[in-house]
Amino acid sequence: MNFYDTDLTQLHDDLVNKKISATELTKATFENIHATEDQVQAFLTLNEEVAMKQAQEVDANGINADQLVAGIPLGVKDNIVTKGLRTTAASKILDNFNPIYDATVIEKLKAQNFINAGKLNLDEFAMGGSTENSAYQTTHNPWDLTRVPGGSSGGSAAAVAAGQVLAALGTDTGGSIRLPASYNGVVGMKPTYGRVSRWGIIAFGSSLDQVGWLTQSVKDNALLTSLISGHDEHDLTSSTREVPNFASQLNDDTSVKGLRIAVPKEYLGEGVDEGVKETIKAALKHYESLGAIIDEVSLPNTQYGVAAYYIISSSEASSNLQRFDGIRYGVRATDVQNLEDVYVKSRSEGFGDEVKRRIMLGTFSLSAGFYDAYFKKASQIRTLIRQDFEKVFENHDLVMGPAGPTVAYKIGANITDPKAMYMNDVLTVPVNMAGLPGMSIPAGFSDNMPVGLQIIGKPFDEQTMYNAAYAFEQTTDFHKQTPNLGGQN
Amino acid sequence: MNFETTIGLEVHVELKTNSKIFSPSPVQFGSDPNANTNVIDWGYPGVLPSTNKGVVEDGIRAALALHAEVEPHQHFDRKNYFYPDNPKAYQISQSESPMAHDGWIEIEVDGQKKKIGIAEMHIEEDAGKNSHSPNGFSYVDLNRQGTPLIEIVSKPEIASPDEAYAYLEALRQRIQFTGISDVKMEEGSMRVDVNISIRPIGSDKFGTKTELKNLNSFNYVRKGLAFEEKRQQQVLMSGGKIGQETRRYDEASGTTILMRVKEGSDDYRYFPEPDLPVLNISQDWIDEIGQTMPEMPGDRRKRYINDLGLTDYDAMVLTQTKEMSDFFEATIAEGADAKMASNYLQGDVNAFLNDNQVDLQETDLTPAHLAGMIKLISDGTISTKIAKKVFKAITKGEDPDAFVKEKGLIQLSDPAQLQPMIDEVLAANEQSVEDFKNGKDRAIGFLVGQIMKKTHGQANPKVVNQLLIASLKAL
Repeated sequence: MNFYDTDLTQLHDDLVNKKISATELTKATFENIHATEDQVQAFLTLNEEVAMKQAQEVDANGINADQLVAGIPLGVKDNIVTKGLRTTAASKILDNFNPIYDATVIEKLKAQNFINAGKLNLDEFAMGGSTENSAYQTTHNPWDLTRVPGGSSGGSAAAVAAGQVLAALGTDTGGSIRLPASYNGVVGMKPTYGRVSRWGIIAFGSSLDQVGWLTQSVKDNALLTSLISGHDEHDLTSSTREVPNFASQLNDDTSVKGLRIAVPKEYLGEGVDEGVKETIKAALKHYESLGAIIDEVSLPNTQYGVAAYYIISSSEASSNLQRFDGIRYGVRATDVQNLEDVYVKSRSEGFGDEVKRRIMLGTFSLSAGFYDAYFKKASQIRTLIRQDFEKVFENHDLVMGPAGPTVAYKIGANITDPKAMYMNDVLTVPVNMAGLPGMSIPAGFSDNMPVGLQIIGKPFDEQTMYNAAYAFEQTTDFHKQTPNLGGQN
Repeated sequence: MNFETTIGLEVHVELKTNSKIFSPSPVQFGSDPNANTNVIDWGYPGVLPSTNKGVVEDGIRAALALHAEVEPHQHFDRKNYFYPDNPKAYQISQSESPMAHDGWIEIEVDGQKKKIGIAEMHIEEDAGKNSHSPNGFSYVDLNRQGTPLIEIVSKPEIASPDEAYAYLEALRQRIQFTGISDVKMEEGSMRVDVNISIRPIGSDKFGTKTELKNLNSFNYVRKGLAFEEKRQQQVLMSGGKIGQETRRYDEASGTTILMRVKEGSDDYRYFPEPDLPVLNISQDWIDEIGQTMPEMPGDRRKRYINDLGLTDYDAMVLTQTKEMSDFFEATIAEGADAKMASNYLQGDVNAFLNDNQVDLQETDLTPAHLAGMIKLISDGTISTKIAKKVFKAITKGEDPDAFVKEKGLIQLSDPAQLQPMIDEVLAANEQSVEDFKNGKDRAIGFLVGQIMKKTHGQANPKVVNQLLIASLKAL
């Protein structure tokens, strides 16, 4: 089986009504993963044995009707800490890391008896947009196996697109949920910074990181986001705001009538692929036909976003990644003479090139004599970017544009040009810089590859985004198209 | 050439909160290595700090004790450096917006009062501890990792080693009175980093400063600074230059020894801690804490001198710790004479604490019992000699009145009971009587002693003296 023809609500009902058992579902899931994994290579660690045992327990204990994800196998990005289950962040330095605690998002899912199918590939420490920076493998885009799945949550997006799992957790620091969602034709939501606890997320850019879901459908995404959101005493940056039941408010397309949608001209300007532009313009037309009001606006500081983002995220990363020294956990270099050797060798051997590049960039940006020109300046730009959005949101409900400037590119196409790679984030990083919620939904195809429409909302107004996304999904067919694995590809 | 001295002091004070500043691990001494740690203290992947509100409160308390201005919107910063006892490879501290700034405390040296400015104070986490075993291994104990600290940085207004000593003493007392720390150098709950420079009088530029390490008591701080002051003078007078260096105080020789030359300054790459939100401190909160602030030692001293008639010295000793001062006040509130209470606390009580190496609050001694004993002395019920026995009893928590009654220690003051004994002693010591008649007053002492012996120390020496002289004169 695959998950294309069902959804979370259906599966849950089937499980509650015993039309299918958790054991059957889990078994089928792994059969499907095994059938497609050679091509896709989404998983770093499969949790099959434990998952099967958990499924049997769920069947034995029965499923509570209010445990939405009970008995349902879901995927987890491998930078999310899972107790007793190897967590590598796709880095050699954590090759042997078996955490002794669960991330808060995992705890919440465990409280509902979900089945953890396994840990999904990413760019090492979530640094990258293609999974090519994974120390273990490059995940292949199920729509065209010669192309990247995007990143850093490329494993999560590809696993969902390939029908391996119904949904997968990702993280998004500068577009790492939305870009792969766009490349794989799935729904990806990065909630507002602070909506979801970061406890147990292996930190990359702490002021930017946020957890979210990659799903087949908008409704599944809404259901699952409500499940993991809320204040956590372990994360003081998590918000105390009430968490809406996002899915319960999804209805027909009427919610879009009179919706004021801002389209930044910078998001459809230079550097954005023509095919992508056309697809997005058509999507916006569709919104117009549903009664939305489309305005062109300007987010003038967009052009500085990538530079400022790479300074801030790399600065934070340079500090966050100092703890990986081979002493208390992770891989320790052998053949060392002294402590300095342990540090230098463990880190030299344990980190990949991109991670080292960012550590150096960040260390430089924070250094005495450069701090003002780099980190401080970048923080000022960050404020300007936030203000750009605030101004637009005074008169608009949502901002829309493409999630990425291109469709998924060929594996290896950008690997030697980090700057070209970084420019793929130009449309997603401003959202993280401003702490806003952002999502990507399937909006059509260009060059036979999926194109994602990015929807950006006001802080903590994921509801309006979900409503608009749902209206689009219910009146289009793009989300119903699936890659043909094992076919002509 | 004449020089003036500038001393800077950075004082770290360990707070005695129940749990650590950013993790729920207990703050406790003497536990097994790494017993008081969790994933946060280890810098485990994915963990986040959570600020202990009690530490912020203590920080505000310290700020108020130092007359410092509390920063209404403050944040934490990361101070980055690699060291085995620093598992995250950064310390969460405050740099850009410290807890409080521009405070002062008053010191007194040789009767001269002076205000010493405090540039800033901030809250931060302590590191763990490394130890090196002769077996060739080094060990890291993270129990101390995350223990809350406040760091207090003086303005360059301390002009002599004596002033430095007085500053530390005043600072220690004020912090001690707030109850946020034990402030004990010997236990590491107070640590002092010292720098000193000298310059020709009138020069508008500070001289090059040296840093001193291994100053493990206020006295060593004073001695080390005095040595360093002289050394720098000699270097400059002989045409030399002071190097920017760290020097170690050697307790045995009383000198400072070069440890390392500093080239440039360390780059800690401070930046705002993204894992913790801005701390907003309302005036209401500050006021609320202000209302619970105890009277500070200086104010108490004034009161003891002006209202209770104690000497400057007594007032000073009694206000060394809040516990001692509170005990004193409770004792006189129970009706004890202030001067006697002061004497007992400085004498017998202090000796008892020293002998047993305990703090006042850890003993069974109560102000009520001490006052009870002092009252028994004042009204003549017991002698000061008998009081020694009673004192022992009250340190064990016994009630002085009950103890005196039970042991029959009440002083003999009744002449009708004492006179027959005096007569007996006079009859038995003719030689002493003779000596007295020949003008040797010392004989009286001997005779009193005989009577005290006869009464097992219970005779009232004053009454005995009077009766004895009268009897002798009548002979």
